[in-house]
Amino acid sequence: MDEILLQVLNGLDKGGAYALIALGLTLTFGTLGVVNFAHGALFMLGAFCAVSVQQVLTISERVKDESITFFDAYKEVPYLEIWWGDFGSMIIDYSVPISIFVSIPIMLLIGVAIERGLIKHFYKRTHAEQILVTFGLAIVIQEIVKGFFGANPIPTPAPDIVSGSAPVGMWLGLSENLVYPYWRLIYLMFAGVIIFGVFAFLRFTTFGMVVRAGMADRETVGLLGINVQRRFTIVFGLAAVVAGLAGVMYTPILPPDYHIGMDFLVLSFVVVVVGGMGSLEGAVLAGFLLGILQSFASMNEVKQIIPGIDQIIIYLVAVIVLLVRPRGLLGREGVMED
Amino acid sequence: MMKGLFKSNMAIMIVFTAVVLTAPIWLAPIGASYPDLLQKFAIFGVFAIGFNILFGLTGYLSFGHAAFLGIGSYTAVWSFKLLSMNVLPAIIFAVIVAGVFSLIIGFISLRRSGIYFSILTLAFAQMSYSLAYSVLTPITNGETGLQLTLKDPRVIDGMVGIPVTDSLPSTNFFGIAMSGYEGFYFCAVFLIIAFYVSLKIFRSPYGMKLRAIKSNQTRMKYTGFNTRPYLLSAFVISGMFAGLAGSLMAVTDPLAGAERMQWTASGEVVLMTILGGMGTLIGPLLGVGIIKYFENIFSALNDAALHEIYNFLPLGLENVMVAVSSPFVGDGWHLTLGALFMIVVIFLPGGIMEGFSKLSRVFGKSGHEATEDVVSESSSKTEGEK
Repeated sequence: MDEILLQVLNGLDKGGAYALIALGLTLTFGTLGVVNFAHGALFMLGAFCAVSVQQVLTISERVKDESITFFDAYKEVPYLEIWWGDFGSMIIDYSVPISIFVSIPIMLLIGVAIERGLIKHFYKRTHAEQILVTFGLAIVIQEIVKGFFGANPIPTPAPDIVSGSAPVGMWLGLSENLVYPYWRLIYLMFAGVIIFGVFAFLRFTTFGMVVRAGMADRETVGLLGINVQRRFTIVFGLAAVVAGLAGVMYTPILPPDYHIGMDFLVLSFVVVVVGGMGSLEGAVLAGFLLGILQSFASMNEVKQIIPGIDQIIIYLVAVIVLLVRPRGLLGREGVMED
Repeated sequence: MMKGLFKSNMAIMIVFTAVVLTAPIWLAPIGASYPDLLQKFAIFGVFAIGFNILFGLTGYLSFGHAAFLGIGSYTAVWSFKLLSMNVLPAIIFAVIVAGVFSLIIGFISLRRSGIYFSILTLAFAQMSYSLAYSVLTPITNGETGLQLTLKDPRVIDGMVGIPVTDSLPSTNFFGIAMSGYEGFYFCAVFLIIAFYVSLKIFRSPYGMKLRAIKSNQTRMKYTGFNTRPYLLSAFVISGMFAGLAGSLMAVTDPLAGAERMQWTASGEVVLMTILGGMGTLIGPLLGVGIIKYFENIFSALNDAALHEIYNFLPLGLENVMVAVSSPFVGDGWHLTLGALFMIVVIFLPGGIMEGFSKLSRVFGKSGHEATEDVVSESSSKTEGEK
């Protein structure tokens, strides 16, 4: 029982990341009809927002280390600690949560810039060309980040207060051995909040209503005198923000390097297709489902029966789903069939 | 006169053969004339030509062709280990095994079209890659990659009486060692054969049917035409070409690693085909040439080399130019590649070949038109679509 619950939890946080990226991908696809291969790069940019916030906060001055008296030793002390003492070190400690607020405007700006500057010209082109140009863009973004931050993963720790593990088993009245890192729990909740927020935004606001109407029948909405295009641009920015936030929050779990986006992108595309192209609910469902399946497949007991299953489970499920249910789990009929 | 010349297959093949075989000479001025790079041109040329038969003609974008490349490499190395260091059985087995795999994968993947087909092929390739890294280690030797050892049986070599030596034997074609220029010419022969096959397919009714599938598959089906066998055969042919390319890689350098099967490797051949011009005969080869040239030459440049290149400029300007160009060379050559790629897709969706035909239209020389007619076989198709 404990084991199963632990695997479900393990799957949920990875699934949360898949679901967030896939949600953004589906938003882009459903509104603009563009297959965006640069979406993984947006996830990566979000992660590097967190890295740069951390680096800015820890800009340091070299001062003499008084505790060592045998020889002249120096240590790096961040300016924030020099100016504000303990409050300064607390700010540094909380760099990841702070970067959430920093990354939202940045990602929105980047998203809108990409849409206006590049994607706009590709509405009428074929899907293959959209894939190729965004793939090129992803390479460029990736290389620029590599140029600035180097090729090595950069550790970005979570605040100290949530660094340990949560006794989930005790909370639920199960065994005490069932513990789970706090940050992953937070990530899970965060993913839930974002997903809920996006759905609520689309369902309960006028803006969301227009966007949904535009997704269903763009021409008619346009004929009613509504500027659908402008709203879709904002939706693209929103998708970029969602991907970016997923990236910011993922940094304490996995130190980001420049190709983290590509690694997630391939899986997220599989997630989108399994969920059904153009279906937001499908993307979220498939994201969590595949995350959980993957974590169950990496249990030792399962691996003993079918060796190597943990490596291929997602792709295997994708193949089966596509062959049995060509439109994915919750996909609508006739999307991208040609 | 030019018009008549390029209408015949014979003439094209003679020109192509001459160009390929003299490559070491005319590539010398741009510093691309060393065997290692020439071999890569030829091998990836075979790969891209094969990929173009599927993608260029039928429009089915496979994101998993690197799997067949990897399978070809593994088969060839196993042939070196078990049978003989002669390259002939290695190549034959590699093509057959890659063909069988592409038959299975193609049969399943071609049940869907569009992006679903791309994802299915991607899924199969990623599965092969992950399995090669983990569970199939006894066959693939995992992360280290499959290599030759002194203990390998090499049954046929033993029977023919080739003496066992203390050092690792090198691959050979009936005694000719497959390294340096010999290796290039061996690959070049296969490149020429591959080009001939692709030329024949492009100009046959079979190729016409593949193009018809690309332009409107539904209509083909309504006329009572079963497209599946044609798509599957095109898939298998291109898979076998990939297997051939993989075995040639093993021929010039007898080891095989799983990273050859990763999806980025599949992406690379897509880039090459698009960059040169999909659906054209020469396009994929141009794409291969440019990408491999950038990879080898640009990635080797460093700041010192740049200073030498801009030597003729005044010192201040020289430093500026070096500072501007240095992010694009050396480790950053991927940046150049990505940018170049975006520019091509944005401005020249038909690749470099479209650029050529646009240029020749501007100059309006009849001779140029004739060449364009040969090299961009897709021109008639695009006009048909309009």
